[in-house]
Amino acid sequence: MAEVELRRVSKAYKDTTAVDDLSLGIKDREFVALLGPSGCGKTTTLRMLAGFIRPDSGQILVDGKDITDVPPERRPTAMVFQSYALWPHMTVADNIAFGLRLRRLPKAEVDERTTRMLTVVGLPGVTKRYPSQLSGGQQQRVALARALVLGPKILLLDEPLSNLDAKLRVRMRDEIRRIQQELQITTVYVTHDQEEALTMADRIAVMNKGVLQQVGDALDIYDRPATAFVADFIGSSNLLSGTLSVAGGSAVARIGDARVPVEADGLADGALVTVSARPEDMEVLRVPVPDGFRLEDTRLVNFGAYKRLLGRHPVLGQLEARVPKSFRLGEEPVFVRFTRARAFPSADGDRS
Amino acid sequence: MAAHTPAMPAIRLSWWIDDPRMRRMLLRLFAAALAAFIGIPLLTLVLWSFAGEWFWPNLVPSQWSFRWWQEVLDNPRVTSAMVLSFTIAPVVTVLTAVVAIPAGYAFARLDVPFRRTLLLLFLIPNAFPRIGLYVSLAVLYYQIGLIDTYWGIVFLHMIGTMVYMTWITTATFRSIDPHLEEAARDAGASPLRAFLSVVLPLALPGIIVASLFSFLASLDEAQGTLIVGTPHYITMPVLLYTLISSFQRPVAAVFSVLLALPSLLLLIVAQRYLHSEYVAAGLGRV
Repeated sequence: MAEVELRRVSKAYKDTTAVDDLSLGIKDREFVALLGPSGCGKTTTLRMLAGFIRPDSGQILVDGKDITDVPPERRPTAMVFQSYALWPHMTVADNIAFGLRLRRLPKAEVDERTTRMLTVVGLPGVTKRYPSQLSGGQQQRVALARALVLGPKILLLDEPLSNLDAKLRVRMRDEIRRIQQELQITTVYVTHDQEEALTMADRIAVMNKGVLQQVGDALDIYDRPATAFVADFIGSSNLLSGTLSVAGGSAVARIGDARVPVEADGLADGALVTVSARPEDMEVLRVPVPDGFRLEDTRLVNFGAYKRLLGRHPVLGQLEARVPKSFRLGEEPVFVRFTRARAFPSADGDRS
Repeated sequence: MAAHTPAMPAIRLSWWIDDPRMRRMLLRLFAAALAAFIGIPLLTLVLWSFAGEWFWPNLVPSQWSFRWWQEVLDNPRVTSAMVLSFTIAPVVTVLTAVVAIPAGYAFARLDVPFRRTLLLLFLIPNAFPRIGLYVSLAVLYYQIGLIDTYWGIVFLHMIGTMVYMTWITTATFRSIDPHLEEAARDAGASPLRAFLSVVLPLALPGIIVASLFSFLASLDEAQGTLIVGTPHYITMPVLLYTLISSFQRPVAAVFSVLLALPSLLLLIVAQRYLHSEYVAAGLGRV
């Protein structure tokens, strides 16, 4: 129903740049997650889409129409707030019907649409209650119903699950995704929780310090991070700084007197790089091999389904490897080998 | 510092504070003392107003009488003062609200330059001895022909009531989550509609309290009214001053009770209203 395009959008506050020259296209019916640490500009971006913040420069287009200067009440967007922002002096029914009544729809239609939307979000029969009489999860559903009842072209969600407990969060996650699929509505979802982003979204836009780092699906982001920040922020990674040596099509990062073979697309010989390797891309060995590194002060952390081996190498520093849950530490030495490591230019190795 | 202190056995210096029963009793004692402190002078007033004869060292009047009440209520000056007071106070309250509610909203929500300075400005009339302000105001009133007029008194009262209204409404508006307003805009409401449908109902308790204070402050104002309102505009407290200076203690007592009555009534009504379920629902969360 609606395509969204952010065209070179920037927004600065007194002394900080919240969003820096951001361009992002969102396809019709697509579910896009804006992911990043707090203060990365994701909420500012969402609020600019909703019309609560006016960008300093750039344009926002919906279906090719420039809506940059359109006030929130005349935008085809509907927002679900992190705090839910249900009006406490109105009943659930009045909360949901508010927008419909503003549009002067006949009473019968208002009632019909209100009830239907409460059924869609799985919360029939609470119309007469006040928001304060509902649980957090129920308030969340009402907030969703209130946003959806107006039939918006674009649904905006600002960390909607952050106030719920872990179990409920997983349930609501699936629920929101189901509703989005059912209504086929273009959705932008802001979160700092990578699990939410990876499981719900068609595409994920990772942001840091106001800069868009990478846009891609879950696999892209995890397996082919575009920057050291993405590699570090999504999942966990061993991060090392070194200098790149390229010789005959194969690249090696020199870290002190250690050599780590890396993938380094298009990086020049001698470049300063940040090397990133996932714990599952570290092979653990009991015998020395030419490209193995011996770990000292090893210990195990149990994650239930698997374990993580932590240890220190005199040159490379602290390293992590994922090991099966049957793994035990003994007297014999432990070595790790990098089976897959990626090098990123150090300039964007901006970690925060 | 702690490193130099030798380890000491835990001594509970305040066992009587720690004991919950003791604490409850102390709390009750304190409440009773407070009630007595506020209540006894008021009670004395009521007793005086009904006293036919009351000499030291009697604890209560030896004779009771409605004489003073009759005397006061039969006095035409009293009735006209009452009428005047009760026509000034509501007008002052409404006019103050009309100015202070938008001002409070602006202070709370908008990026008003010099916000703090402006808010302090409202306090300035309270920072100086009022009497000086009133005298200079009276001089001004003479020049612009507001002396001894109804509107002159109304404006004078507003100098005081503006403070209550602006400060209380600012605090009230600030306590309302701005996202509630944004959610209304998002649902299609214009800024004005969002204010009327969401912000105003939620701010109502605060606005009512502020209006109440303004109403009572206006009803109570004597100094300034005496200076700019005499001789034609005599309000209840001004009349009370003249009665006190003529040393008719029971008459003054009757009058004080009369003046206290509306305050008491309004406070009880407000208490009722502010505790109602609607407000509880409105302020219970957010």
